[in-house]
Amino acid sequence: MSNVLDVKNLDVTYPAKGFGKTGFKALNDINIHVGQGETLGLVGESGSGKTTLGRAILGLAPVTAGSIDFLGKEISHASRRERRDLSRDLQVVFQDPYTSLNPSMEIGQILAEPLQIQGLDGAAATKRIAELLDQVGLPSDALHRLPREFSGGQRQRVAIARALALSPKLIVCDEPVSALDLTTQARILDLFLQIQKDTGVSYLFVSHDLDVVRHISHRVAVMYKGEIVEQGPASQVTVNPTHPYTQRLLMASPVPDPDRQAKRREDRKALLASQAKLANA
Amino acid sequence: MIAFIARRFGSGAFLLLIISTIAYFLMFFSATNVAMNILGEDATSEAILAKQRELGLDQPLLERYWAWLTNAITGDFGISWFTNEDIVKTILARLPITMTLVIGAILIAAVLATILGMTAAVKGGAIDRLVQFLAVAGFAVPNFVVAIFLVTLFAINWALLPATGWVPLQEDPTQWFLSLVLPTSALVLATVASAAQQIRSAIKAVLEKDWVRTLTSRGIPRREILFKHVLRSAAPAGLTVLSLQFVGMLGGAVIIESIFALPGLGSLAVESTSKGDTPVVMGVVVFTVVIVILVNLVVDLVNGWLNPKVRV
Amino acid sequence: MTTTPTAAATHGAPLVRLSLLQRIVRNPIGLTTSIFLLIVLAIAILAPVISAFDPAATDTDNLMVGPGGAHILGTDSAGRDILARLFFGAQTTLISAVVVVVTAVSIGVPSGLIAGYYGGKFDGVSSWMANMLMSLPSIIVLLAVRAAFGPSILISMFVFGILITPSFFRITRTAVMSVRNELYVDAARVSGLGDLRIISKHIFTVVRAPIIIQSAMISGIAISIQSGLEFLGLGDSAMISWGVMLNEGFRNIFINPMLVLWPGIVISLTIGSFALLGNALRDALEDTQKLSSKSKKVAAAAQAEVDHSAAPADAASHLLSVSKLSVGYPQGDGSLKKVVSDVSFHVDKGEVLGIVGESGSGKSQTAFSILGLLPGNAKIATGHIVFDGNELVSTGEGAISQKAMTQFRGKRIAYIPQEPMSNLDPAFTIGYQLVRPMTEVLGVSKKEAKVRALKLLDMVGINNPERVFKSYPHEVSGGMAQRVLIAGAVSCEPDLLIADEPTTALDVTVQAEVLDLLRDLQKRLGMGMVLVTHNFGVVADLADRVVVMQYGRVVETGDVREILRSPKEQYTQVLLSSMLEGKTPMTMLTGNAKEQ
Repeated sequence: MSNVLDVKNLDVTYPAKGFGKTGFKALNDINIHVGQGETLGLVGESGSGKTTLGRAILGLAPVTAGSIDFLGKEISHASRRERRDLSRDLQVVFQDPYTSLNPSMEIGQILAEPLQIQGLDGAAATKRIAELLDQVGLPSDALHRLPREFSGGQRQRVAIARALALSPKLIVCDEPVSALDLTTQARILDLFLQIQKDTGVSYLFVSHDLDVVRHISHRVAVMYKGEIVEQGPASQVTVNPTHPYTQRLLMASPVPDPDRQAKRREDRKALLASQAKLANA
Repeated sequence: MIAFIARRFGSGAFLLLIISTIAYFLMFFSATNVAMNILGEDATSEAILAKQRELGLDQPLLERYWAWLTNAITGDFGISWFTNEDIVKTILARLPITMTLVIGAILIAAVLATILGMTAAVKGGAIDRLVQFLAVAGFAVPNFVVAIFLVTLFAINWALLPATGWVPLQEDPTQWFLSLVLPTSALVLATVASAAQQIRSAIKAVLEKDWVRTLTSRGIPRREILFKHVLRSAAPAGLTVLSLQFVGMLGGAVIIESIFALPGLGSLAVESTSKGDTPVVMGVVVFTVVIVILVNLVVDLVNGWLNPKVRV
Repeated sequence: MTTTPTAAATHGAPLVRLSLLQRIVRNPIGLTTSIFLLIVLAIAILAPVISAFDPAATDTDNLMVGPGGAHILGTDSAGRDILARLFFGAQTTLISAVVVVVTAVSIGVPSGLIAGYYGGKFDGVSSWMANMLMSLPSIIVLLAVRAAFGPSILISMFVFGILITPSFFRITRTAVMSVRNELYVDAARVSGLGDLRIISKHIFTVVRAPIIIQSAMISGIAISIQSGLEFLGLGDSAMISWGVMLNEGFRNIFINPMLVLWPGIVISLTIGSFALLGNALRDALEDTQKLSSKSKKVAAAAQAEVDHSAAPADAASHLLSVSKLSVGYPQGDGSLKKVVSDVSFHVDKGEVLGIVGESGSGKSQTAFSILGLLPGNAKIATGHIVFDGNELVSTGEGAISQKAMTQFRGKRIAYIPQEPMSNLDPAFTIGYQLVRPMTEVLGVSKKEAKVRALKLLDMVGINNPERVFKSYPHEVSGGMAQRVLIAGAVSCEPDLLIADEPTTALDVTVQAEVLDLLRDLQKRLGMGMVLVTHNFGVVADLADRVVVMQYGRVVETGDVREILRSPKEQYTQVLLSSMLEGKTPMTMLTGNAKEQ
């Protein structure tokens, strides 16, 4: 099975503001790949570069070195015209469902936009939009409403429908559930899983939450300060991590039971102590 | 900090050069028939030619500009075409009157606008609506209409205050003060409400900050939060509003001085414009721009000092 | 679907959306000013038809005739008909406004769009030029222009249009910059939409409204400037205009003050109409539902609801007792929108009570009620809050008694906020913000407060207390700032700590450290604590007892083990089953992905 996405030795450096200052190197020597129908979870804390990696693949961050291979094509410096063709196969769902939808456009217009760009209009477009609404579980009367008439979870469904419109091969999901309430998060995660089952789409799933990533990913890459520190099957990385940072990350996440959490606290303290000992040695 | 000041001075000097260059070429390029205007309709053509030579109008424009610029840098703006008086001397004689008027007005407006804006933002309700209403009214009624209204009421109908004229401070302090009341009031009335409204918005924005709530939760008295923390945070926005109002007042002073017959910079500008005394107009433009640049520099420095992220 | 209160609208009919024009007409001020300005426009166009007199014709037999008679508004010092001159003057006025607005919009908007969208050098240069133009006193420049080009009002207004360009440039640039990085613009880029289509489809819609509002305002300013120039006698004397009429009137003000009255009134009315129309446009676009006069009645009604029944008898035995608390916000239609309904719970000394709920559950509003920090328009409709035997709700006001509160706030009841960075005043040092509450609340000297503050910073795990003490908030990290806020909260050794999502804004590794710190401090100082959170892990870590809230009501209360292990209520069960910890990966959590 060939990979949908192959990222090799990728660097991203944001240009400096003002003279005489060096730019900010957000990503350093990144290597990841995503297979067909596979989900790669990308986990890290704020400033780790996980969002930047997603944006680099989408052409929204300045790639300074390395290559991004998507369906056999090098796309790290794709032009706007090439992006238009790419958008059939490469799509995005952003974190914040409040700013990822234009507040002055009706849901129908938002969903029609990617179709129009590809030249799909009229009855065919209308039919496709109806299918999409059904696929993400939105009522068909949503068409003529504005985003502000919907809750956060429903807006995220609209954003997912927009990403699905052209039946892409890969969707970059940038923290798509972190702005949502717990119960809503569960439903949206179910929706992502269901869609993958039905369409065989691949996900690059970016999140700060190890539990979320464990739940939805086949494989997981852990990012720390612009680098990938650990990568492997979800069952291994998120349960028995080998890198010290991933171990700290796992132990820091509290569990919903007082006694197990007390145990985890002790384990975490022991881990930190042993890591400190190693560092000093 | 020193680098910051130096940079601001440099950019101010550059700005001044550009504006004076544009103004010079615009005004002197079109300054024709000057000699005849000065000498009158029935002057002989020889007299006109002689006058033109005397004023240097027979030289190419570029050369005259260069001469003007090099002199101006040394502080010599030449003499008036009509009165032969030294322009810098004339301006310096009139500058104090305009400055007394404008600085007095901006200080009064600043205090009133801060009090009104603060009260409106904190208390809301009727005072808030009053400030909003006054802001629209102040915008709607131009300062010269306010001035005419004040003259009609206080000087003509009730004869409480002098309608026009200027009494120097040294001559009679009481009369000096009285002669300033109406023009200053006209300037203040026209600006205070809109300044108050903008300060109100600035304070309202600060009041919604999370840290205001946290300070309250720490037991800091409300009064101290308002006057020490909120006012401090709203100050940069307020100062920027006031500096723009100051620039507006410099323009407003032109009209106000004409109405109240005050011998300031503004009336000088109007007189020399209607006569066509281009070198004087040029001098007034340069002086005004210098004042504006200095005011903006001071505001920038104060704002930089107020902001710990900029302060070094 | 989780049903936040706003989501309720989804199931009703789609919201009625009105066009801008409809909304303007519905607004009485918008309607009045629009009609007035249309009349001025009609008069300007029809002036030659409707004027009974030639505005330029002098009549030496009828100098300064008063109002009434053949000359309805009388005549001026040259015996010309005032009404006819007002009619014709409207032409000059409106043309001036149009010249200024057209000039300024056609330069300012495109340059603002380019500067805001692309940034870079063009932005730098054009912003510098805008600042330069803004710092020029326009009247002085217009005098210079008059000196250069003579008394042409069209040239003056064209130049003034250029001078006022920055106002359009700036609002366009700011609006574009605010949406340039919005995610929906990114989404459009990912779709391969070209810049031109992104600007026309996604960005221009945002700047259109502010430009229309600004145009109304600038029209007013243009009229003011134009009349000002003519009033100074620097206008085109051949033209008939309101400013010229003012000038001539002013020269005869001692003889006939009426002559300045008419032009003064029409100038002010016209400018004022433009200003009010601008305000009405803004209101219409913001769609603000201003509280009508009804709101006063609502306040009264809300007060009438206040429950005067006494607090429960055992209230005094607890550190904090909240009983039957309801909090609401008065609505425009006279109702009270409740965000907290009938909530009761208590906290004992040294006990940690977790309040758990999703967004819209009213958990934060409950916490702010206890602190007396609800927004000014909030009403406590019913209920009691008793702290250590003291009633905090002032029944007459329908609010927390600020008087009762001042003796407790900061001293015995303290608060830890959610967002660390936004909860410190950026203009004061961290040291000052720690010392000042102690000198106020504990009455200690500054010197002693500083010693205590440094000890506190050390206690909350800050390595270099001296340096942090001198720092400004922007110089420390988010995790450090949260430690500072915790230090501030415990500085006066309170009996009750209200922590509102104290770790939500932090990274998970920092969260673990802050939880350790909170647990340690709570034990050491024996504080009671109300912990507001959406995270069951945080609850498990700290809480002794739990209150689960939904839609502003308490769903379930109980011991932490009881609630987390064997919840009785269905909602609590749903919440817990949404947790991912311990679930088999890649399995459905809710049974049906499409369920709403």
